Amino acid sequence: MSGGNIVARRPFPAAAREELGDAQLRANLRKATHTIRDKRLRVVGEVPDWEALRQSGAAIKDDVLSRLPELLEEFEATATAAGATVHWARDAAEACAVVTQLVRDTGATEVVKVKSMATQEIGLNEALEAAGIDAVETDLAELIVQLADDTPSHILVPAIHYNRSQIREIFTRNGLSALTDDPPALAEAARRHLRAKFLSARVGISGANFAVAESGALVVVESEGNGRMCLTLPETLISVVGIEKILPTFRDLEVFLQLLPRSSTGERMNPYTSLWTGVTPGDGPQTVHIVLVDNGRTETLADDVGRQALRCIRCSACLNVCPVYERVGGHAYGSVYPGPIGAILSPQMSGEGANRTLPYASTLCGACYDACPVQINIPEVLVHLRQTGPHPVAERAAMRALSWAMRDRRRYTAALRAARRGAAPVRWVAGRRGTVRHLPWPLSRWTSTRDAPLPAKQTFREWWATERGQA
Amino acid sequence: MSARDEVLRRVRAARPAVPVAVPREYLAVDGAEDLVALLVDRLLDYKATVRRCNPDELAGTVAELLSGASTVVAPSGAPEGWLSGYQGRVLRDGEPQQLAVADLDAPGVAVLTGCAVAVARTGTLILDAGPDQGRRALSLVPDHHVCVVHSGQVAGGVPEALARLADPTQPLTLISGPSATSDIELNRVEGVHGPRRLDVVVVVG
Amino acid sequence: MKVALFVTCVNDLVFPGTGRAVVQVLERLGHTVEFPVEQGCCGQMHANSGYREEALPLVANFVKTFDGYDAVVGPSGSCVAMVRDWYPKLVPDATEVVARTYELSELLVDVLGVTDVGATFPHRVTYHPTCHGLRLLHLGDRPRRLLESVRDLELLDLPGAEECCGFGGTFSVKNAGVSGAMLADKCRSIVDTGAEYVAAVDNSCLAHIGGGLSRTSGPAKAIHYAEILAATS
Repeated sequence: MSGGNIVARRPFPAAAREELGDAQLRANLRKATHTIRDKRLRVVGEVPDWEALRQSGAAIKDDVLSRLPELLEEFEATATAAGATVHWARDAAEACAVVTQLVRDTGATEVVKVKSMATQEIGLNEALEAAGIDAVETDLAELIVQLADDTPSHILVPAIHYNRSQIREIFTRNGLSALTDDPPALAEAARRHLRAKFLSARVGISGANFAVAESGALVVVESEGNGRMCLTLPETLISVVGIEKILPTFRDLEVFLQLLPRSSTGERMNPYTSLWTGVTPGDGPQTVHIVLVDNGRTETLADDVGRQALRCIRCSACLNVCPVYERVGGHAYGSVYPGPIGAILSPQMSGEGANRTLPYASTLCGACYDACPVQINIPEVLVHLRQTGPHPVAERAAMRALSWAMRDRRRYTAALRAARRGAAPVRWVAGRRGTVRHLPWPLSRWTSTRDAPLPAKQTFREWWATERGQA
Repeated sequence: MSARDEVLRRVRAARPAVPVAVPREYLAVDGAEDLVALLVDRLLDYKATVRRCNPDELAGTVAELLSGASTVVAPSGAPEGWLSGYQGRVLRDGEPQQLAVADLDAPGVAVLTGCAVAVARTGTLILDAGPDQGRRALSLVPDHHVCVVHSGQVAGGVPEALARLADPTQPLTLISGPSATSDIELNRVEGVHGPRRLDVVVVVG
Repeated sequence: MKVALFVTCVNDLVFPGTGRAVVQVLERLGHTVEFPVEQGCCGQMHANSGYREEALPLVANFVKTFDGYDAVVGPSGSCVAMVRDWYPKLVPDATEVVARTYELSELLVDVLGVTDVGATFPHRVTYHPTCHGLRLLHLGDRPRRLLESVRDLELLDLPGAEECCGFGGTFSVKNAGVSGAMLADKCRSIVDTGAEYVAAVDNSCLAHIGGGLSRTSGPAKAIHYAEILAATS
């Protein structure tokens, strides 16, 4: 029922192992995630009503999910009345087909793109390329990734895995000259490269951060102005929007325009936010299309616990605070949605491939839940998704045996005694240190990175029985 | 079944049936006392240039800020008085026709606009395509944007500012500092595709 | 006050000294400690690993075993968090026992109103706030306040204290590489403080941290903070 770039091809542990081996990547990620963490904490800390905003943000999104059919129909009606044409797509393939046809109808062979998770999700660039249409990514980071023939590794900062000197090298390889590897020089090189494309583009393609049902307005939140270029200068604008992006009213933006910038880039407000409602004569694109996409969202919506993932506003605060993401980066998650939110969103939107390993890619430390501006309880959903496995046969047998033993006093006491006795010879080997350096499989997975403790010589309940004459 | 009907059918089947009450306990009104000072502080933090002046000084201040520009683009509704001190060439958009993008992109072109409302707490200027602001391309393509804000237009927080907009279905642009990117090692760099220089004139009184 | 000790399965088998320490501290303060022998595991490992069905009998056993006590104390942030966070969702009639189940520092500071438990521990100690203690139980500075009141103890700040150590239950074996990378960073921070001990509220995290520390050349060892609070010389 869904598809596109949301299906991991390799199990997370295997992909993560590979990324972990890249010391440069880890250094880049550590620097970047810590920088943005600190910025976010600073600007969130200065908002006295932050918790109230989070509560409202979560509730508005939940309200949207409960009224989604009506709100979608309302949005379709208002956007249409304002001069836009609304299209619907069940899945990634259908969305790509709709957009490709719309571009073909204009006769254009090149389109300029605003950074958009929805178009990455559906694999639009690949589809357009197959149809002979060049899709030019205009966000600096997306441009870097596109020029490197790579995939994004972060929702908000797709080139977070590259440092400045690596970026300069990518630019040079592609004929963009930057005088130094200073970020301003690199930004200037990108500006020169893209300027001509903006000024001549006939078709712009965007996503939307929000879609307002009562008016038919779309909202794009950005920094560089590349978004404004794509949304303003072309004759035709095509926006690909996930069905959960709806907000009931314009007023609801007063909540999200406070939550989103501070959570994502750690700024009080992002440099540019654009709102447009259909077609405005004499101002901006005169042909406006909106493609509403399902692609697995309704499957997610059907799950009582998991549907909260659809509140996500793609701020990526959860990525930046996640200790697992910080070590492995976005590619290990195998989906355009990486990090904690990806670990609950990707497997719900598509149960294919290795997505079922993603809910285990977390220590359940809870930093993501604390940071989430719409209070998505990511650990809760991770644990919920683990219910459906995969459960290795040996693990399931062990869990069942433990549960059976530990629910009954006699069996439990006997099991503890057996474990203590079984450890006796190992303790002899362990010697004075009291810990074990190498254990046979499967426990070797523990001792691969740390020593293992041993059962004590006397369990607590044995001590208690001796001391207090019970048990 | 059409894609539309199929998606709507799925949504109807999947959505939770319980109504949700939306609390709005957040601040409707920002408590800041000196809104102009707060706005100036926030704009400076974004690396915008800020000038405070009284109404009599406006033309002189604008002229000074535009001294490096050979041509100034202005929306048709921008008051004559704003530009009375400026010596260079003035192009009015839409008089009689819209300026070409190439005109806006030419070297030495600056743009002068007003705004609909400003948000002190976040250092944001909101343009709603009003007569003194014009269409969106004007404040986008030229590399230098001078924006006039009257102190009466300054709202405290985001909720107050959005509520002041007369018609939110007009094209809206929220501007918070010059264009910027944080894409390289998450360091903020001012100046990418939008105007690299943003000057704000806050008219008090 | 009659306090029931919920020792936790890991402590019962591997770290009985922590259970003994809790008994010592509470008895020193004049309270009666009981150890209901019917107790087993709280079910956290099962619930968090996706075995809710297998967790349910353990949860039921906990609720039955600890029914009727003034207070239940567990020297484990994650096990107490399991009770407080999960039990209401799993067994709706558990609210009473859930409300009276405390992590040790909550019992001492909030219920008994004590921060000085009469301990002496002449060592340099740093404190790692475990994730479930920090973000699920919101223990805040309670454990630190208890440690600060220990005589002759020098409490050292741990940089990046609130970052996860990488344990995460079955995560530590399912994603051993990532877990190890997180552990290495945590161990480096601990060693850099120059502390002799890293204290925490959870022996499962400490087993992981201690297992990493014993592979470093530094002197730092892992210790449950209850054992520090029990120490008198």
